[in-house]
Amino acid sequence: MIGRDTPSTLPSGHLLAHVVRFTRLLREGGVVVTPGQTMTFARGLEQISILDADSFYYTARASLLTRRENLEHFNALFLRFWQEYDRQNSLSDLFKDALGLLPRKPRPRPMELASVPGSSEGESNQPPIPLVDRSLTYSHSELLKRRSFEAMSPEELEAARQMLYRLVWTPQERRTRRMKATGKERLDLRKSFRSSLKHQGELVDLKWRSRKTKPRPIIALADVSGSMERYSRMLLHFLHAFSIEQSRQGVRQIETFTFGTRLTRITRLMKKRSVDGALAEVGQAVKDWSGGTRIGACLHTFNHTWARRVLGRGAIVLVISDGWDQGEPQQLAFEMERLQKSCYRLIWLNPLIGTPGYQPLTRGLMAAMPFIDDFLPVHNLSSLEMLVEALGRLERRASNWYG
Amino acid sequence: MIPSSVEETQKALEQHRYIADKGLSVAVFLALKLGRPLLLEGEPGVGKTEIVKVLAEMLGTRLIRLQCYEGLDISNAVYEWDYARQMLQIRLLEASGERDQGRVRHEVFSWEFLLERPLLQALKSVDGKAPVLLIDEIDRADEEFEAFLLEFLSDWQITIPEAGTVRAEKPPVVVITSNRTREIHDALKRRCLYFWIDYPSFAKEYRIVREKVPGVPEQLARQIVAFVQELRKEDLYKAPGVAETLDWAASLIALDATHLEPQVVEETLGALLKYQDDVVKTKSMAHGLLEQAEAAAVSVR
Repeated sequence: MIGRDTPSTLPSGHLLAHVVRFTRLLREGGVVVTPGQTMTFARGLEQISILDADSFYYTARASLLTRRENLEHFNALFLRFWQEYDRQNSLSDLFKDALGLLPRKPRPRPMELASVPGSSEGESNQPPIPLVDRSLTYSHSELLKRRSFEAMSPEELEAARQMLYRLVWTPQERRTRRMKATGKERLDLRKSFRSSLKHQGELVDLKWRSRKTKPRPIIALADVSGSMERYSRMLLHFLHAFSIEQSRQGVRQIETFTFGTRLTRITRLMKKRSVDGALAEVGQAVKDWSGGTRIGACLHTFNHTWARRVLGRGAIVLVISDGWDQGEPQQLAFEMERLQKSCYRLIWLNPLIGTPGYQPLTRGLMAAMPFIDDFLPVHNLSSLEMLVEALGRLERRASNWYG
Repeated sequence: MIPSSVEETQKALEQHRYIADKGLSVAVFLALKLGRPLLLEGEPGVGKTEIVKVLAEMLGTRLIRLQCYEGLDISNAVYEWDYARQMLQIRLLEASGERDQGRVRHEVFSWEFLLERPLLQALKSVDGKAPVLLIDEIDRADEEFEAFLLEFLSDWQITIPEAGTVRAEKPPVVVITSNRTREIHDALKRRCLYFWIDYPSFAKEYRIVREKVPGVPEQLARQIVAFVQELRKEDLYKAPGVAETLDWAASLIALDATHLEPQVVEETLGALLKYQDDVVKTKSMAHGLLEQAEAAAVSVR
């Protein structure tokens, strides 16, 4: 792990300074560490023999790391920092070096809707789109709502995007097992008894409780492959508006994934406040923007790695794709069945439903169809409004209706 | 009682038949020494709950366990008044002519009518020894309980409005486990020392099998462990944990198997795999897996 004996040859004050610097390096590298954790680390070091490289490493790990996902990154930073420390090189050089190696956070730059990653390079050089007059007349906005995203001009897209943020979200609630002090479901013995003391122990005034409700978690899986690229931008804006609204309501459980040739979790990026910043990072995190699609394989990854972690508590799953799948239909059917069985409701959103005369006849969609609870369009604003409304009144799935 | 070094911790755990690697020993030692809660994450069946039992044994103290679930509230986690007995007491007082409401109130809210639940029990030391508190599967609880727990873990006290505040003489040793079906709130994580328990290496798992399943022949144990280790590399919905390895070894012993062959493996896969898809998949690969396991076992030896 680290070298044999250097840490102890330095006075503890000196070591402490390096401990603090190390935690700063971790923070720079994206591993969040609080001062309290740094203190725990320092106090931990007093308890172990710091001549023992392994103990030293595991003490750092136990006190500074809180997620399995960060382990590899943590190890790399740890090794780099303490090896250098060991060699007693000039420390200022070390930091320059170490920091140079880190994946730097991309600087937030002003981005317009039209130059979201995925659009061609040249577009980013175009002059910024002028802001649209917000005082849209009613008839204008009605028209806009029914126009397909595909047919919109950049100005109209910008206007549509702003309208998205004004949508009011009320996803359906589920009854939790926690009780609250209203309603009349169960007797609240504690309160009833306390109030009975006013009446010489007679239970005159009974107090009641009922079950609390919470919004259902929503898991979105968005297709960002070539055939969906023109819709992806808008859909990601839609999902971002959703994330923001959810966190405003204090709900933590919205998970966003993108897929194409592989599955990428972008939940954390979607929590950023600025849409363009988040989308820019999505573009960097998602490697297969505008590639092919292997829905079955991506759902397989989701079912294996994420389903158990995010599908609890009556989750609603939104799959956003046109169903052009280059993988095996059998695999897609198998994974769709598993996915449907592990969530409350499986909704497939398809922009092509808006096309007149469209029929879902692709091999992928035909394979997936038996396991879809709701098949809805997402090609324009009014279809998104319909979706929002549908999310508010989902009923329990009729058992085995696909027979 | 608390081990004085990492090595001693490791040895003491081993004396109580828990094979811990260095990382886990360091985490346990620090948790004891610094009085911090220990948060253990890992796949199901890697020994998260087991180590807590061993820890209580090792420290010669009692183990208090709180199983988490959604809606876990004060009356199930902390305390509850015994309403039926309180009611009776009021009638008794009434019969004896007690009219002073203040006195009645004071009587019925005394400690003897209090039912202690795990968190309250955990604040009490017996013979000067603080207990070990296991908060199992915290991911099943909801945010409301997490918030309460955060307060409990920093103050080590519980206030009962009717009766007063209970403070810990000595803070309990707290271990929290999670299967990661939900992300635990960061504030709670940061109060804890964190350790991710991985699937064990061949050598470690072999030692665990030999230790925990008496009567398993050396050769069979080696085959079992090699097979399970190979199986974990496959793309399964739920890879077998150490608990499953032990179940499987016990099943094979019960069937008087002396060595692994495809037939026996197929018949006993139910002890190892809990999803039908996984069982079907493994059956079709059993032969190849056995060969690979054989080769791996030889190379380890």
